[in-house]
Amino acid sequence: MKYKLSKVIVVLLVAVMAGCSSTGDKQEGSVSIEDKGTSADGSAVSSGAAGSSSFSNYSLDDPNSPLAQRVIYFEYDSAEITMDGQDLLVHHAGFLVANPTVHVTLEGHTDERGSREYNIALGDRRALSIQRVLELNGVAPEQITVVSYGEEKPAADGNSEAAWRLNRRVELLY
Amino acid sequence: MLLLASSTVRAALTIEITQGMEGAIPVAVVPFGWSGNTASAPENIAAIISADLNRSGRIETLADRDLIAHPTEGAQVQFQNWRMVKVDDLVIGKVTGNADGTFTVQFELYDVFRGNQLIGSSFPTSRDDLRRVAHHISDLIYEKLTGEQGAFNTRIAYVTTSGSTKNKSYTLLVADSDGYNPQTILTSKQPLMSPSWSPDGQQIAYVSFEKKLAEIYIQQVASGSRRKLAAFKGINGAPAWSPNGRQLALTLSRDGNPEIYIMDVTSGALRRLTSSSAIDTEPVWTPDASSIIFTSDRGGSAQLYRVPVGGGKAQRLTFEGKYNAGADVSPDGRKIAMVHGNNGNYRIAVLDLDSGLLRILTDGPLDESPSFSPNGSMIIYATRAGNREVLSAVSVDGRFRQRLSLQAGDVREPVWSPFEK
Repeated sequence: MKYKLSKVIVVLLVAVMAGCSSTGDKQEGSVSIEDKGTSADGSAVSSGAAGSSSFSNYSLDDPNSPLAQRVIYFEYDSAEITMDGQDLLVHHAGFLVANPTVHVTLEGHTDERGSREYNIALGDRRALSIQRVLELNGVAPEQITVVSYGEEKPAADGNSEAAWRLNRRVELLY
Repeated sequence: MLLLASSTVRAALTIEITQGMEGAIPVAVVPFGWSGNTASAPENIAAIISADLNRSGRIETLADRDLIAHPTEGAQVQFQNWRMVKVDDLVIGKVTGNADGTFTVQFELYDVFRGNQLIGSSFPTSRDDLRRVAHHISDLIYEKLTGEQGAFNTRIAYVTTSGSTKNKSYTLLVADSDGYNPQTILTSKQPLMSPSWSPDGQQIAYVSFEKKLAEIYIQQVASGSRRKLAAFKGINGAPAWSPNGRQLALTLSRDGNPEIYIMDVTSGALRRLTSSSAIDTEPVWTPDASSIIFTSDRGGSAQLYRVPVGGGKAQRLTFEGKYNAGADVSPDGRKIAMVHGNNGNYRIAVLDLDSGLLRILTDGPLDESPSFSPNGSMIIYATRAGNREVLSAVSVDGRFRQRLSLQAGDVREPVWSPFEK
């Protein structure tokens, strides 16, 4: 139950965030919850953190733990976090809240299309959207470092959609 | 010394002309005479000049096998014979190896139809500067025949990568504009990007991730000494020198979002130029230093905008296509080259600011990093040949094209130097 609750809050906050930060097309549905955004923030953060703490027994070295998944993928020219990505971030946030001395680096990456410095900015935007979700779930800002490599460090070589999909990502590095 | 020379030649960029130009001026360049105590001159001056002129797209030189005679001074030239092989102009000369180890290069340019000398010059030089003298001669010939200043005695900076995806190394190099004499100025296991020449051609600003964070450095090209200019939280990117060399425009996200700032190079003082919740990046200065042109997605997708250097309202410049980014401004300030993305195809396009017309110059699909030659006649850019990253250069009218590639490894982010001062 706690798990479900925290997940719902995360999803809600992501929607609020997307509504606030989106520069171009507004997400459908963001308008109706936007009003709650500011007032909901404080309580959502604390309950999110409390809810997440039940996952704190996961270990970073356990290959079967959700924490073993440390890559979040994105659509082309988008910094929007998918539902799967949000689920995964709940686990990581829980771990970081339970282990406040642990530090994570969020590395933003893009595919190779378009100009390089624009891609640095896009990778940064992706990493920042992950950072916001982690912080909204109680992770202390001091635990997080963000760096964008744009298209400079692809995970997969080649200029096909298959490679591009693997390259549009944020990596969580502990 | 010899070892060093041969190793640099092996790593040179090789240039292949991939699309010719109709109506180029036909010129014969005769192999230069040699007098010295070795079998041949240390550099083939005529071959360097000939390659330069052909790379311009505006002059086409006669193949060596079609040369009907090999004069090395004016008195030996039979103009009627050169008229028969349909060349307009003739270049001859000789190289002398002097007793003190220096060299003298003499050259003459003749108008074949009038039978008169257009240029005659002599240059005392050293072994190391022979190629530079050859490029200077190319500049003189090009300017005399086309009326436009030549840009052969210039350099390009670029980034190469080698190794596997997991274990790449990155190198920032500077080479002559014909790809010869590549000099490594920095090597790193982490990405290097966005090189930018200072207006006097003495320094290069660039972004290095060597500390696993983005930092901007400026480095003296000749000595290799460098200093860190920007290492703020978040993005430190897209450095661009002001025309007087005293300021850098750059992108920082230290206030939470990528914005354009102007930094005083000496004091480090910062002034923020843009303010939007969107991405603002890739600043370039107009040559009159009045405006900054940059990329922003404030309208929903990446487009180019112009803002006064003192701040103010940004004006959108591009409207065709879903994606226009990575601008470079022509030396006369009248054209903007950019990455133009449409239907998943990324090509180099030029916007003429007087007419508002956008002309697409290249085929894509993944072209980027356009950079004007200092005389504004060519644009060098990064493209693909199969799975390899190579460089290409295209004339501003799109009619003439050449490819510059390494024998191994990838090459990207070319930037053409300013004129030698």
